[in-house]
Amino acid sequence: MPEKFDVIVVGAGPAGSSCALTCAKNGLNVLLIERGEYPGAKNVMGGVLYRKQMEELVPEFWKEAPLERPVIEQRFWMLDKESVVQFGYKGLEWAVEPYNNFTVLRAQFDQWFAGKAVEAGALLINETVVTECIVENGKVVGVRTDRPDGEVYADVVVLADGVNSLLSKQLGFHKEFRPDEVALTVMEVINLPKEKINDRFNVEDNQGCTIEIFGDSTKGNLGTAFLYTNKDSLNIGVGTTLSSMIKAKLKPYELLDYLKNHPMVKPLIDGGESAEYLAHLIPEGGYRSVPKVAGNGVIVIGDAAQLVNAIHREGSNMAMYSGKLAAEAVVQAKNREDFSESSLNSYREALYGSFIMKDLEKYKDAAHTFEKYPQYFNDYVPMMNKAMSKFFTVDGTPKREKQKQIMKSVTGEKGTLRVLQDIYRAWKAVK
Amino acid sequence: MHIVVCVKQVPDTKIIKINPKTNTLDRRSAPAILNPYDAHAVQEAVKIKEKTGGTISVLSMGPPQATAVIKKSIEIGADRGYLISDRAFAGADTLATSYALSKALERISKDLPVDMVICGKHAIDGDTGQVGPGIARRMDIPPVTNVIEVTEVNQKEKTVLIKRKLTSGYELIQSELPCLLTVEKEINDIDYSPMPNMIKAARYEPTIWAVSDLENVERTQLGLKGSPTIVGKMFSPPRPEGGKRLEGSADEQVSQLMEVLMEKKDLLTIQSSK
Repeated sequence: MPEKFDVIVVGAGPAGSSCALTCAKNGLNVLLIERGEYPGAKNVMGGVLYRKQMEELVPEFWKEAPLERPVIEQRFWMLDKESVVQFGYKGLEWAVEPYNNFTVLRAQFDQWFAGKAVEAGALLINETVVTECIVENGKVVGVRTDRPDGEVYADVVVLADGVNSLLSKQLGFHKEFRPDEVALTVMEVINLPKEKINDRFNVEDNQGCTIEIFGDSTKGNLGTAFLYTNKDSLNIGVGTTLSSMIKAKLKPYELLDYLKNHPMVKPLIDGGESAEYLAHLIPEGGYRSVPKVAGNGVIVIGDAAQLVNAIHREGSNMAMYSGKLAAEAVVQAKNREDFSESSLNSYREALYGSFIMKDLEKYKDAAHTFEKYPQYFNDYVPMMNKAMSKFFTVDGTPKREKQKQIMKSVTGEKGTLRVLQDIYRAWKAVK
Repeated sequence: MHIVVCVKQVPDTKIIKINPKTNTLDRRSAPAILNPYDAHAVQEAVKIKEKTGGTISVLSMGPPQATAVIKKSIEIGADRGYLISDRAFAGADTLATSYALSKALERISKDLPVDMVICGKHAIDGDTGQVGPGIARRMDIPPVTNVIEVTEVNQKEKTVLIKRKLTSGYELIQSELPCLLTVEKEINDIDYSPMPNMIKAARYEPTIWAVSDLENVERTQLGLKGSPTIVGKMFSPPRPEGGKRLEGSADEQVSQLMEVLMEKKDLLTIQSSK
């Protein structure tokens, strides 16, 4: 007789572990199924973990979680071929508890986080692939795994199976992706001695720095690159939408090689030893790509529900929060003993009422705008670089005269009207 | 039939690094796994149990996190698991380890007499292969090493028919029960564990014994104190060099092969004289 649980969570990433933890804390009988050798073995992100949503799940987690460095500086680079315009913020208030955010290595962090769910009473099973949901009378009643005697039943199945959620596709919640709905990110973990990192990024032992890079880092395509400091390694990566990759006939690894050899980047990673090479799809379709998130006996969370804010590089926090909201809905449903779609739709309501869907709604046109009008990356980033170069080069030209020349070169190249149009369009997309 | 399988948690030596300064294994650099030979040992116990029925216990010594390999053994099909874990065991070499494990086996056999002990051929972190025979010696049962097949278990006669791997060919021997086997990898293929085993393992909490839970233990024989071994040097075995591919017609290939063999004939004679 196959066993029956209150909840089966498929996937032990941030969303799944958060959901399993919250369910278990509320006394539910939880089975958490992970396909990797251990949680985190297959998971990839740039590496920034936000405090707020994590703290709600594990108070003062920074005292025990395997974190790399608290981020005390966030830099933004507008990169051209041989120059960069930088801005950013560094503050020591982020260097002390409760901190702002952290760099993490997912292979370690996810393992720890899933361990918290296990401590709370969830059962974790690794190296097991869920091949399909068991549907009876229009209701999801369990999952079928690739193991012998592989069927397990539950009142609710929570799908946290990641960006390419085959399980929610099977249920018809998702369509196949369009190439502009997903980005492909490739990244490397580069080992570098702690002292070198501290020197090169101007930080101390327990302080980290993140750099988001726009412009030439993607050769002008829609996407971004990043460089984050871990304890004694760096995470460097670059991602662009599949559609722009196809259009520009780019290979993802070429882009990463290009970035690593860029004269502005190379000195920072020089002498490092490549420790890991990773690639992953990122759901960047935003608001309009979010599928049906609740059905009869089933809930979809995290990347599987496409909950990523590409503009603010937020994903894992949304995953965790959606997992928590899902768990709360399951607990309510359990109290009612009603696991129908209308009962589980309390998750949908909570999700749409939360910052997650509000933020995704705010940026629902952003990616589309920046993809359709490539001038933001192609033209304005180099233009900014030229302008700054001109402004700061001392050549005897009076400053007022320089400003005039700069304005002229901007509007002259494109025409005042087009520049104003571009500004308005960008503002509208992110307002 | 009560089979006890001794298992060990080892660093995954495929990826482990050796600290060149201290000559010790950098255990942080590799995840801890169930020693692969021991996984085959558990699998073989499962295969035997399918025919004879009975109980499979697993036994390990190590820090508390070594319960992970006991859980892994439950996934493969073991029924119960025991971990002996105590600071007094720390720093044990093969002599002290086999002593401690044999004491734990004594305790286990009090609850349920042991008919067979199975160990892996050796652990991949030390490659000594001494603990299995060491346990057998202390239990005063026959050790049968390099086992590649358990052909027949006769519970009535209390005998077992076994194939042992030799450098050339194999040996078919009969042993009385109880006995101790150490197994080679080729003895079986490890099955993909069924889902109920996975759930059982996820729930399972092994019995953990400290020294004080074992009886008649001579403390001077435990841990570092009971370990006369001194590690002089540690190294990763060199990678085997890639072979050479012979090209051309059959005749050309044969003559090339002959040339190679003639070049290496010194090696060949040394081998055969052994």
